[in-house]
Amino acid sequence: MAGSAGERGYRYGLTASIPLSVAVFGFGISYGVLALSVGMGAFAPVVMSATTFAGSAQFAAASVLGAGGSAATAILAALMLNARYLPLGITVAPWLEGGFWNRLLHAQLMVDESWAIAAEGQGRWNPRVLLAAGFGIWVAWMTGTVIGVLFGDALGDPSSLGLDAAFPALFLALLVPQLKSEERETSVAGLRVGASPQVVAALLGAAIALILTPFTPAGVPIICAGAACLIGLGRRS
Amino acid sequence: MPDRPREAIVTTVWIVVIVTGIGTLALKAAGPVALGGRPLPERLSGVVTLVGPALLAALVAIGTLADGQRLVIDARVLGVAAAAVAIRLRAPVLVVVIVAAAVTAGVRALAG
Repeated sequence: MAGSAGERGYRYGLTASIPLSVAVFGFGISYGVLALSVGMGAFAPVVMSATTFAGSAQFAAASVLGAGGSAATAILAALMLNARYLPLGITVAPWLEGGFWNRLLHAQLMVDESWAIAAEGQGRWNPRVLLAAGFGIWVAWMTGTVIGVLFGDALGDPSSLGLDAAFPALFLALLVPQLKSEERETSVAGLRVGASPQVVAALLGAAIALILTPFTPAGVPIICAGAACLIGLGRRS
Repeated sequence: MPDRPREAIVTTVWIVVIVTGIGTLALKAAGPVALGGRPLPERLSGVVTLVGPALLAALVAIGTLADGQRLVIDARVLGVAAAAVAIRLRAPVLVVVIVAAAVTAGVRALAG
């Protein structure tokens, strides 16, 4: 049963990942440039992109190290940003097949973007799309990082290129399809709200993140925003 | 003889790279490896289908408005607003991302 969802396969996953890969490639370049500038050397950022493979966490670790933070602080910041992969992994788990190594490979190639592309709605995920999209994004992230550390300072300032705004735009484009729902109202703590659970969870998640931003270290607001999904506790999907 | 501080920094960097790499894979793989092919309990799946909207919306909000621990309104807001219009017009994701970057870069260039 696992993995039998629909006709979408590796080709679809790879094709669907291309627009995102272009953005990830640019993001990878800016990561390589930044990591080099904070003294991580050229080799360590490339190894980190291959293994950790999580942009926001790698940026967080680099900025903590650049600010003179300890290894423990950098690791904690990065892992807190990546804590969201625990629930994301749980969502795809039932749809994966095969043994330990196959599951580990799918898990490694699961990032926000490949996870979103592989989502088929109603809590279904397509493992072939996840793998292919994840691979495409991994190649883009690695290539970008290598170019970033190789050319370093020769490239322009990422913020003058507007790359920092490309990312929320990308996440917004990923969010919109996930808001589709047949439900028209949500009951939250006994109150009826005239919007779908997806929309309520999104608004609540954004609000939690913004409220916590001034008071908590980077990464914590995003983890806490995940708690907005608890409004689904009383719901049948 | 290499100078000590530099050596210490290099060690710190590699500790971060290795531990973060292992920790991240553990977080990613915990569900797939431990849960196996079993479906989620219905009660839980009602919750996990909402994880995506909640986290993606948080990433949008933080990416648009946060600058470190401060909330600021700057060129990114116009860039993301332009992206929202592009999404509304059913533009491909690549166009959405380019519109956001171009508008943001343009506003920054105009503002000096």
